Amino acid sequence: MSKFEFPTSIISRPVYGTLKARSGKHHLMIADAEGAEAILDVATPDLMANSHIIYIPLGTDYADKLRALSPAQFYVGPTYAASVSRIRRVLERSNMGLNIYLSGTEGLMGQAQNEAMQAGFAHSAIQTEHRGSIARRMQCVHCKGITEDVEMDPFVCSHCGLNLFVRDHYSRRWAAYQGVCIDAEDPGNVPASKGIYAQGDEV
Amino acid sequence: MSTAPQKAKSGAEKLDVKVTAVVPLNELVTRFEFQRRDGELFPPFSGGAHTVVQMVDGDRTRLNPYSLMSDPADRSRYAISVRRDDEGRGGSLFMHRNVKVGDEMVVTYPVNLFSLDLRAKKHLFFAGGIGITPFMAMISQLERTNGNWELHYACRSKALGSYVDELTYKYPNKVHIYYDDQKQAMDLKQLLEGQPLGTNAYVCGPKGMIKWVHATASAAGWPDANVLSEEFMAPEPGAPFEVRLCQSDKTITVGENESLLEAIERAGVDAPYLCRGGSCGQCETDVISADGEFVHRDHWLDDVEHASGKKIMPCVSRFIGKSLELDR
Amino acid sequence: MTLQFNDETFRDDYTFKNSQRAIDRFPFPFHEDSYMYSVNMEQHRGGPKDSIYEMRFDVDEHYVAEMRDRALVLADDPLRCQSLPHMTLAGWDLLEVIMVSKSEDYPDLFELHRDGDTWRWVNKPLGIDDTFTFMDETTLPYGPLEYITRQAQGDFCVLDQREENLWMDAGMITTQADWSLDFDLGMNFFEWHAPVPLAHEKGIFTRALKFLLSIQQGAPARRLNWTMTVNPLLDTSPENYHKWGIQKTSVTPENIGTKQHLRVELQSFFRLPRSNALVFPIRCYLCSFDDLMTKAKWGRRLHRVIRDLPDELATYKGFIDNRQMMLDYLSKFDDGLPTSDGVFANEDTEPALKV
Repeated sequence: MSKFEFPTSIISRPVYGTLKARSGKHHLMIADAEGAEAILDVATPDLMANSHIIYIPLGTDYADKLRALSPAQFYVGPTYAASVSRIRRVLERSNMGLNIYLSGTEGLMGQAQNEAMQAGFAHSAIQTEHRGSIARRMQCVHCKGITEDVEMDPFVCSHCGLNLFVRDHYSRRWAAYQGVCIDAEDPGNVPASKGIYAQGDEV
Repeated sequence: MSTAPQKAKSGAEKLDVKVTAVVPLNELVTRFEFQRRDGELFPPFSGGAHTVVQMVDGDRTRLNPYSLMSDPADRSRYAISVRRDDEGRGGSLFMHRNVKVGDEMVVTYPVNLFSLDLRAKKHLFFAGGIGITPFMAMISQLERTNGNWELHYACRSKALGSYVDELTYKYPNKVHIYYDDQKQAMDLKQLLEGQPLGTNAYVCGPKGMIKWVHATASAAGWPDANVLSEEFMAPEPGAPFEVRLCQSDKTITVGENESLLEAIERAGVDAPYLCRGGSCGQCETDVISADGEFVHRDHWLDDVEHASGKKIMPCVSRFIGKSLELDR
Repeated sequence: MTLQFNDETFRDDYTFKNSQRAIDRFPFPFHEDSYMYSVNMEQHRGGPKDSIYEMRFDVDEHYVAEMRDRALVLADDPLRCQSLPHMTLAGWDLLEVIMVSKSEDYPDLFELHRDGDTWRWVNKPLGIDDTFTFMDETTLPYGPLEYITRQAQGDFCVLDQREENLWMDAGMITTQADWSLDFDLGMNFFEWHAPVPLAHEKGIFTRALKFLLSIQQGAPARRLNWTMTVNPLLDTSPENYHKWGIQKTSVTPENIGTKQHLRVELQSFFRLPRSNALVFPIRCYLCSFDDLMTKAKWGRRLHRVIRDLPDELATYKGFIDNRQMMLDYLSKFDDGLPTSDGVFANEDTEPALKV
């Protein structure tokens, strides 16, 4: 099963829901990997007749199942980066009344949400459902570099090499959590890395 | 914390003004223009802001909110447009009958509870009747910053269409007028469905129109956050009732043509307020005990709070029953 | 009054110092012998003569040096000043509020001459004399927010108001207590305060927000907040934490009196008229422990506050590791005598320290 119960946390941490079909003439669905399952769960012929699905499989084999739903438009992209210009184009010519559904990893949902917000879509009106990897997209607060798919805490910034601890403080604008130097006050004293959700109370 | 704390006075800061113009626009609506008595410029304001006008009518003082409709960049004057309400509690009638050029009045600093969302890629205005006034200021503001806007304005008839000529002359491609008596109706559904992402809708007019726009937008898939409204609400007259003010140790009677808030003020009790129209939340008052029924008319408290009988907004809400005790 | 501006630094050799006047007017933040969060708001309409509360935007002996430090921070990291596109009008609002206030409150230091939209701004301490067109960004060397806050002490958060919330959509943040504008930009009031412990549960932020949303034009408000800083370092940013964090370990029982500073923020709140945004200036005042201890009341009280502060707060404010050392130092200034109410030192009436 691709669902994960995130522990309760601080207010800036995103909370994901369960996709629900909404009425409306246009539906944009963006998903990666196991996020496909959430679309399969919500799909009906009526919904699919007005849906544009943008899907990034990341090595999974859900693409054929999604294609079989016969959405009005279907696109499979190799990576999010390769898909983003298409997402922007779709948003640019969309009208009010569009429904947006995001599912899959936090990184995918966060980045797609950010595109929608920049196009003028209220973030509170975007539906999200987490599926699959619980890895995080992290921003190093020091060098600003983004490290994708972080599963361990602490971790090494892939840009500047500092040892960072993982906070739950989250920025929609960066579509990332904040990583902060863990050994600034005692250089070299870095605790052993654990899975992000192996521990309890860090914020 | 630091110094002798100064207790905030109720309401916004005041400005002493004199009436410099009284311009009847049509049978129902008159524009009033003010200058400051000290010769200074007015504070700037943002489109959608209102001012509370103090009307001294014999021994009775009314405080009514009106949208500022002059150009926010013009600091030499403030202007409001007042629709005469023959059924109301007399504030608009006082303005129409008694206020003359040269009169000295007091108005408050601008307060904005109906602000533009400046992130919007397009501003779509829906006005009904006298609901045009906040949009007059918003349009001036947006014109100065090359904002993208469009107005849809429903009026009862050509004769009662305040500012229609001015608007259609200045902005022929942006202003759309609908006359009720000519059975001209907006195709609201189509209008809403055709708007680009990032459009914000703003509605000001009668209650029915506001509900209609909210409901139609919601059905068309618009997020609630993209539809903003301001209802012109004045306190409604009602049967007199008695209230016990516990903190002040006073018992007062709320007259037929005054609001609970006005009755509290008349008794010399300072009570917080800003909008006097049921939407800002400032006058929220705790109910200590009540034997009777509340007539809630505000937009501030939610349904649960209304049903609880624990809170009342004295600016617009009333009470019918045996006894009411307030924590004031 | 003609102010003498200090030639001093807030980094490297740390030559920052407070004159006797600066110590006397330091905003000691504790009105009683203990501390817990509260929505300690009051009207911001002046205060005792020569106090930091007297003017709308206090200008003191550190002005020129603080502006020099800000320029250094911005040269190193321009992201410390940002404004989302819809906040430009609020930037002009802020420029207007600061120019009008400073020229009225300090006519010997600042002048504003307005002829329609043509404005001439004279800032004598910084040697600026610029003429520009109000509301036309092309006539200023920076955006309006950056232009004016390069000339005003303290950080500035410019908050958009919508959906019954406040949104951190613009700011000039170079003297912050360990939060990142670049990261928090675009967050709402609850989100950017999310990492603060205990206060959410106490409903502090719900009440504070309600208060702030109702702040109106012409009626600004203020409150104090505080934390601790080792060395008189203004730029305690998370961006540079990997560089300055180590300084926290440089405190010893011998140097704590000069190195450890109480950092107090005078936070004020003004409704901005043209944009209906809210500006939240956060003015930072630093005072070393040694200087604080020259006031008997402040010595007694600071010891009691730090001793009794919940661990969560000492951790959040970043001094839990040094707390014992602080207490060892501070306890020498607490003879157990009672203290008078309020924040002022009351040197005439407060008993001297019993040795």
